[in-house]
This record gives sequence, C-alpha cells and structure tokens, in this order.
Amino acid sequence: MEKRSMKSWLYLLPAILFLAVFMVYPLIDVFIYSTEEGYNFASQTYYGVGPYNYSYVLHDPYFLMALKNTFILVVITVPLSTILALLISTGLNSIRPLKELFQTVYFLPYVTNTLAVGLVFMILFKKTAYTDGFVNLILNWFGHSSIDFIDGPYWAKMFVLCLYTVWVVMPFKILILTSALASVNQEYYNAARVDGTSRFRIFMRITLPMISPTLVYLIITGFIGAFKAYSDAVALFGTDLNAAEMNTIVGYVYDMLYGNSGGYPSYASAAAIILFAIVLTITCINLLVSRKHVHYF
Amino acid sequence: MEKQIDYVKIERAEKIRERVLKTVTYAALSFWALVVLFPFYWMVLTSVKSYGSYNAEHIPRLFTLSPTLQNYVDAFTTVSLARYFTNTVIFTVVTTGVMLVVTVLAAYAFARLEFRGKNLLFTLFLSLMMIPNELVIITNYVTITDFDLRNSFAGLILPSVTSVFYIYLLKENFEQVPDQLYYAAKVDGTSDLKYLWKVMIPICRPTIITITILKAIECWNSYVWPRLITDDEAYFLVSNGIQEIRENGFGRENIPAMMAAVVVISVPLIVLFLIFRRMIMAGVSRGGTKG
Repeated sequence: MEKRSMKSWLYLLPAILFLAVFMVYPLIDVFIYSTEEGYNFASQTYYGVGPYNYSYVLHDPYFLMALKNTFILVVITVPLSTILALLISTGLNSIRPLKELFQTVYFLPYVTNTLAVGLVFMILFKKTAYTDGFVNLILNWFGHSSIDFIDGPYWAKMFVLCLYTVWVVMPFKILILTSALASVNQEYYNAARVDGTSRFRIFMRITLPMISPTLVYLIITGFIGAFKAYSDAVALFGTDLNAAEMNTIVGYVYDMLYGNSGGYPSYASAAAIILFAIVLTITCINLLVSRKHVHYF
Repeated sequence: MEKQIDYVKIERAEKIRERVLKTVTYAALSFWALVVLFPFYWMVLTSVKSYGSYNAEHIPRLFTLSPTLQNYVDAFTTVSLARYFTNTVIFTVVTTGVMLVVTVLAAYAFARLEFRGKNLLFTLFLSLMMIPNELVIITNYVTITDFDLRNSFAGLILPSVTSVFYIYLLKENFEQVPDQLYYAAKVDGTSDLKYLWKVMIPICRPTIITITILKAIECWNSYVWPRLITDDEAYFLVSNGIQEIRENGFGRENIPAMMAAVVVISVPLIVLFLIFRRMIMAGVSRGGTKG
C-alpha cells in the first residue's frame, strides 16, 4: 500500500511543483512585499515593515484615476452587456432558420486576439490629419461634427473603451444565456399560453426566474472580469495609459512593476491587494443580494 | 343576441403580430451580427488597399476596386512578423503540451488512485482556482527575473503552464469511466500508466481536445505576461508584436500594412474555431471565462 501511495504522489508531483512555485509561494509573497517599505528591486533590500505602501498607492493621483476609470467601466459595461446579451439570446431562441449561423458569428470575438482587433477599433474611431475615420463619417451623416475618439475628450475615449469592452465580452454571455434559455422547461410556457398570458408577463414571471441562477453567475463573473480590464485599453490607447488618462487598476499594477515608471513591486503588490479586496467585497455583496432574489430549483 | 366573436379576425391579427415580431427579431439579430462582423470586414478591406489609395481617401471608402497584396509582403519583410508568429507557435505548442501532461497525470491521480490526504489535497487545489492572476504575477515576475529567465522561452512558458480548472474538469470526466474496466485491466496485469494511456485517454478524448483548444486560444492571445517578461524583440509573441508594430513599426501611418499583420495574426484562431466550432462552444460554456 505504501508503494502505491508513493506512486500517486509521483503522478501529482509535476502539478504540485508548478502550483507551489508559481501560485502558492507568490500568493504568500505578495502580502509580504506589500508591507516591505522602501523595497529596492536592484539590491533586494528594504528598511522597514508597515502600511506605507498602501498609503502611497491610495494617495497616488494615477491610482485614483485608474480607480475612477475602472469603476466607470464596470458600472457601464456590466449592466449594459448583460441586458444586451439577454435580449439577443431571447431573440436567438425564438427563431429557427439561421440560428446556427447567428450563433457562430456572435461567438467570433471570443477567439480573436484582443490587441489585434483593438487596433481595428482604433482605426475606425481615430481622427487623423488624413481622414476623420469611419465612425466620424457616420456622425457627419447625422449632421454631427467629427470627434477624436482616441486622443480627444475624456468621455469620447471612455465611450470607445466601453464599447470595445462590451464587444469583447458579449460572446461568452450570449453563449451561456442561450443555453440557459433553451433549457427552461417548455411546459411552463405552454401552461402560460393556455391562460392567455402576455409575452412580457411570461418573460418576467417565468423566463427571468428560471434563468436567474445563470444571470447571477454572469453578473458576478462580469464584475470580476470588468475590474480586471486592461488589455482592451492598451489595444485602443497604447501602452502609456497614464498619459491617455485611460489607465485601469490592473494597468497601474503593471506600470508599477514594469514600464516607464516601473521597478516598484511593493507598490504593485499593494495595488493588487487593494484590487483583490474590492473584487472580493463586490462579489460578496452580489451573492448576498442574489440570495434574496434568485430562485434555485 | 350576443355579438359573435370573429375568430378569423383575431387569428389574422395574431398572425400579423407574430410576423412583425419575427421581422423585428431578425432585424435586431442581423444588426448585432453586423456590429460583430464589421471590424473584421474593415480589417480585411484596409489590408488590401494600397498605401497610396488609403491615404488619399479623406472619406473612407467601403470597398476597393484595386485590391493589392503588397501590404502582406510588407508585413512580413518590414517588421519581424514571421518571427513573432514562430515564437507564438512555439510558445503555444510547448505550453499546451506541458499543461496536458501535468493535467492528465494529476487528474488521473485524483480520479483513479488511492492515497492518504487525497481529499484534503484536492480541496486545496480547488481553492487555488479563486486566486486571481494579478495577485501572483508580481512575485512570478521577480522570480523569473532572479533566475535570469527574462527573454527566454522557459520564462515565458513555466508560469503559464498551470491550470487548476482543467485538472478539475478532466478529473470529473475520468471518474465517469466505469471501475470495472480498471479492475479488469488490473487482473490482466496492466500497469497504471498503460491503463491511463490505453483506456482513460481514448475514452475521455473529447474533454482532452476541449482543454487543449481552450489552452491554445489562451496562449495565442496572451499579452500581459509576455509583455512583462520580454523586452527583446527576438522573443515577442504576436500580441506584443502588434503593439510594437503599432508604436514603432512601418512608420505610424502605414495602416494598411498594420491591418495585414492583424489579419495574419487573427486567421489561425478563426480557422481553428470554424473547424472545431461545436467543441469550442461546448467547452467554453463548461469552463471558459472571459468578460
């Protein structure tokens, strides 16, 4: 028996090694880093232990900007993409011809490189000396003057960022919601139809409660994903997000670690832990709220 | 006498309403399909416009009458697109390969073998799924730098291998294989490793293919870790390559060549998706996260 036990551990050894070195140790280490004051990356020395790193990060105007941008992004994109995905999935489930084709098309953004397609969005929205870009062309048709969405006013940039984020996260939501909607027992609908219930009422009273667990799952993962937004912003505005006023919390962490202002793993750790705390809090609130409203069958 | 209910009329009204609803639904769905597809169309379109004609269009044109492939030539000759491409292929294949070996062995141990502390260890594994990447990436960056592995494939690959979730997914699948097969194989004197190779893996092939594809997509699109760990162009992956091209490549204004590079980068995954569409979509709904 002892020999067999040994063998099991042998099978697990690679996984345990990888996880220990690249997940468990870093997880402990990041908390240690975040408390080491004045850490020097080159000599790997520090002169004290305390909460200074957190206080530095929380007073850093760049961090506050990143915090603000991330919150705006979350508040706009999570509800918008969830509602939009719900509408599209409901539509998808009510048709038969072309359904597969639509589903395939809708899924495409999932398998594309965020950086690459972000570049296309940038070109669609960018105003240069040569051309105002495609989106401005449409704006002009409606009699609106051209806006520079990439280097222009704050809200124009935020608009593009939100739009691109929604575009990127939709495939996952549509996929999950479509299969959730399809799995609702048809008999409930038949019963409601016999009673002459209106479509809207059927949706509110049958569909929504039946898929509410899936919705909660999507909202929670949506919040988590949106709080970690970063590469979408890089794709649109380039690597120097601070200059573009479009940095996000994750972007701040990486900038602190590496890049023009980099070399401060302590500040990066503190910022990452603050982000983790925010995400954890929001997730707990989501779970608490949903417990009151979700129907589990 | 009571007024008779005109059933014909009601039915007709209902039919019209049905048809209007269908039309609106199709219109809305087509609109979203257009929103999804338009960037792809624009990317291909721009990539076949010549440099001169693109820059001459103050009002962008929605089609071109004189397509050219010159931009694709430029994309491969002016910048090191071929190298970014090769790097990404190496990175994706090796990372996915190592991940598969590690995952299959671990999932097999959890599903099939008996040893002390199995449940405790599995719970520990599961709890690791909640750890966000942003939290561990900082120390990993320091570790890799300390080991002098920056700008190397080892540095790129090693921290990207682990995926607790895939171990979990595969373990669940392994457990569905009937015990009798295992006992029969044991009676015949088959070793555990041979049983895993000859019985478990063939039976669970769909799940293994699914996690392979999901991991490959993840590798192909990874940006953050490669950006942290490479600053030598010789080790850039496509995501970093595209960022590099954007900031220093071709000269800022050669957008058609940039779009050609974007097309080249996007095509492999789109082809993979069209081939394995069902498997990928089923796999993502079981275990994907993005957004």
